[in-house]
Amino acid sequence: MRPAPSGVIAPGGRTAAATTLDRGPAALTLSAVTTIVPAPRPDARNAGRAPVDTRDGVAGPGFGDVGRDEASLRRFLHGLPGVDQVGLERRSAVLATRSIKRESKLQALDMAISMIDLTTLEGSDTPGKVRSLCAQARRPDPDHPQVPPVAAVCVYPDLAGIAVEALRGSGVAVAAVATAFPSGRSSRAVKLADTALAVEAGASEIDMVIDRGAFLTGRYGAVYDEIAAVKQACGSAHLKVILETGELAGYDDVRRASWLALLAGADVIKTSTGKISPAATLPVVQLMLQAVRDWHRATGELRGVKAAGGIRTAKDAIRHLVAVNEIAGPAWLTPQLFRFGASSLLGDLLRQRRTQQGGHYESTDRIGNA
Amino acid sequence: MDWTYAPAPESAALANLQPAYRPFLDGQFVDGGGEPLKTTNPATEEVLAEVGTAGPADVDRAVAAARRAYTEVWGPMPGAERAKYLFRIARVVAERSRELAVLETLDNGKPIRESRDIDVPTASAHLFHHAGWADKLGYAGLGPDPRPLGVVGAVIPWNFPLLMAVWKIAPALACGNTIVLKPAETTPLTALVLAGIAADAGLPPGVLNVLPGAGDVGAALVGHQGLDKVAFTGSTEVGKEIQRRLGGTGRRLTLELGGKAANIVYDDAPLDQAVDGVVDGIFFNQGHVCCAGSRLLVQESIAEEFETLLRARIETLRVGDPLDKNTDVGAINSRAQLDRIVDLAAAGDAEGAQRWTSSCALPERGLFFPPTVFSGVEQTMRVAREEIFGPVLSVLTFRTPDEAVAKANNTPYGLSAGVWTEKGAKALWTAQRVRAGVVWANTFNRFDPTAPFGGYRESGFGREGGRIGLEAYLDA
Repeated sequence: MRPAPSGVIAPGGRTAAATTLDRGPAALTLSAVTTIVPAPRPDARNAGRAPVDTRDGVAGPGFGDVGRDEASLRRFLHGLPGVDQVGLERRSAVLATRSIKRESKLQALDMAISMIDLTTLEGSDTPGKVRSLCAQARRPDPDHPQVPPVAAVCVYPDLAGIAVEALRGSGVAVAAVATAFPSGRSSRAVKLADTALAVEAGASEIDMVIDRGAFLTGRYGAVYDEIAAVKQACGSAHLKVILETGELAGYDDVRRASWLALLAGADVIKTSTGKISPAATLPVVQLMLQAVRDWHRATGELRGVKAAGGIRTAKDAIRHLVAVNEIAGPAWLTPQLFRFGASSLLGDLLRQRRTQQGGHYESTDRIGNA
Repeated sequence: MDWTYAPAPESAALANLQPAYRPFLDGQFVDGGGEPLKTTNPATEEVLAEVGTAGPADVDRAVAAARRAYTEVWGPMPGAERAKYLFRIARVVAERSRELAVLETLDNGKPIRESRDIDVPTASAHLFHHAGWADKLGYAGLGPDPRPLGVVGAVIPWNFPLLMAVWKIAPALACGNTIVLKPAETTPLTALVLAGIAADAGLPPGVLNVLPGAGDVGAALVGHQGLDKVAFTGSTEVGKEIQRRLGGTGRRLTLELGGKAANIVYDDAPLDQAVDGVVDGIFFNQGHVCCAGSRLLVQESIAEEFETLLRARIETLRVGDPLDKNTDVGAINSRAQLDRIVDLAAAGDAEGAQRWTSSCALPERGLFFPPTVFSGVEQTMRVAREEIFGPVLSVLTFRTPDEAVAKANNTPYGLSAGVWTEKGAKALWTAQRVRAGVVWANTFNRFDPTAPFGGYRESGFGREGGRIGLEAYLDA
């Protein structure tokens, strides 16, 4: 159980986590939060703050101490507006009919390439496999040097050091999964050690998984604490929080998990591990984009979304970019705020890019593929 | 990052546009006795084609042809045989859907996305649905052997030219009637192509007749003494006139008229989807929809936030070239309609409502009106009472469910309504009290051949679609 205002964490908790729960004097009360997603309001408390990097580990500005205890979190998350499945999927279906052609397609392809977290998460991963991936991450298509590098390479923590070495000076980030990925079934200590391993190896982005077991049993506080603790352990590394939406109980849960992660300090909310199907579907990504959009309206902060798992074609990637553009807004069309977690997507993007420029399809064998 | 979608126009050539079209009478395209009219593309105001119209003698000939076809061929034909023709027509409509969609967009101004994804597929579905009924009418719950009425005269509007034609033709023919149809003056093309499809399908001459023309042809048709039934979709004003003329004649009548639908959004609604639904409700087909959700009734406790979300969403609507696959809101169908929208919007300003307009850029030529929202609208204002039939939403607020229902019903119309709440009991409570023929819960503007559509009070009477829709074309 989460003791109320002291911020002292549950048995087994560490000081690091406890600090994150300390509420500053500026903390608002729950009454400031309406039951619907608040629209942007001029807020004296936030007015002086810069839009980004204002978090101090507490729930975001404007949301006060909703992370204070289990009951407050539950009230908040269950007070979020519901999601109508039919309407959500209909909007996604309409967005998927957008026809992106010519120069806007070329722009989208390059944008998508620059947003990829090029991923290998296999038990059979080796330093050789990681180096090969890193080489392609730096220069995805050496025949076409204008192709931008990908955003990051995503590996298991024990191989993060190899990737850091291979990507030095390239501007490509190293992301490492942590916290007993992909199941998240281990002790807090193991998860934090996993995170520390990745951070010490030089990973600048950490992809953690939430404790779905805790979430599905309604122990939101445990999930919140764990995210906050991992955030602390990340130091300056960016934290992506994987919700594993395919294991949650529908769209309302996706919305709640998104807000829970944002409240607990996630820099990016991410759909899936890629090990569970369904993974990144358009309606789920749309819902998460709404969460970061509403978070921005309420706090002025820009948080990101990562669509991971199941996106294999350029066409699918462009549909997601359309959703980013029209649901969250053009401000999110940057690798800082939107990512694709994918392994095979890059190949199709490169092929479509060549098609766009050369006017015909090329054999995949003519394009290098890590 | 700025990412502008490149134009993605559907090819206008797919419409297979002809320089001239002629009335379809007794199985053939013939020269009509009326003055030819020119139909234009509202997105450019350029002439698309010259269309021959019917004169008074043509109406007589068409009704006589329909009578002969009814007596000799179509009426006695077994339902299973009639079904074959309808299935064939339905299939060809689906096969030629791209051509029909482009032609519809050219003639009407609606976005290709809608003609392609809604108008034409729904028209085809409606034909398939009724084809299936043709040999099962004894099981429709209207008696063991319901008989057709005879000759039907139908007059349809310009907002869904093909779909409205099919809404009349499919049930009329499935039930064993023959029909004389007058498409709208500004949008006659797809109905004439449909007539050609019927001819190709071998439909016996006289079963379907299509007579283009203006209001005079419509008046001559609906007043014709050779008809057994009149089906009209259009304005309440004309509907009342028709009702007066048919009073005491013994001829059957169904009317589908105007509306001023309320979209009621409770504070426990799924907000993002409610916003989408409200947008869909009023900006679908540029608001040229009789069941458009033109009055938003939003609970006061969330009104401000809802309007903020709504405006942000409307800002993302893409207004422009109807043939562009990414266009959400197309052209206003005619100069006259645009003038009416402009006038009513000005009345909104004059009566003190606050106008908000999407900042979207409008094309330099053609008939366009930007998505517009009036806030602070009161029940007494014209923008809350009159059907604007354009992309203009009036926002009113309510405090309690009782007040929401009272305001929703405070209109002479009664066609459709929307209810947005996550509470099932509240949705049902509201639906039972709102006086509207169609009530959508947590969605809006959804059409399906199995769902009856129609209104009451000044929105008309009679149903189209569903089992009960057959009643309008059967002597049951």
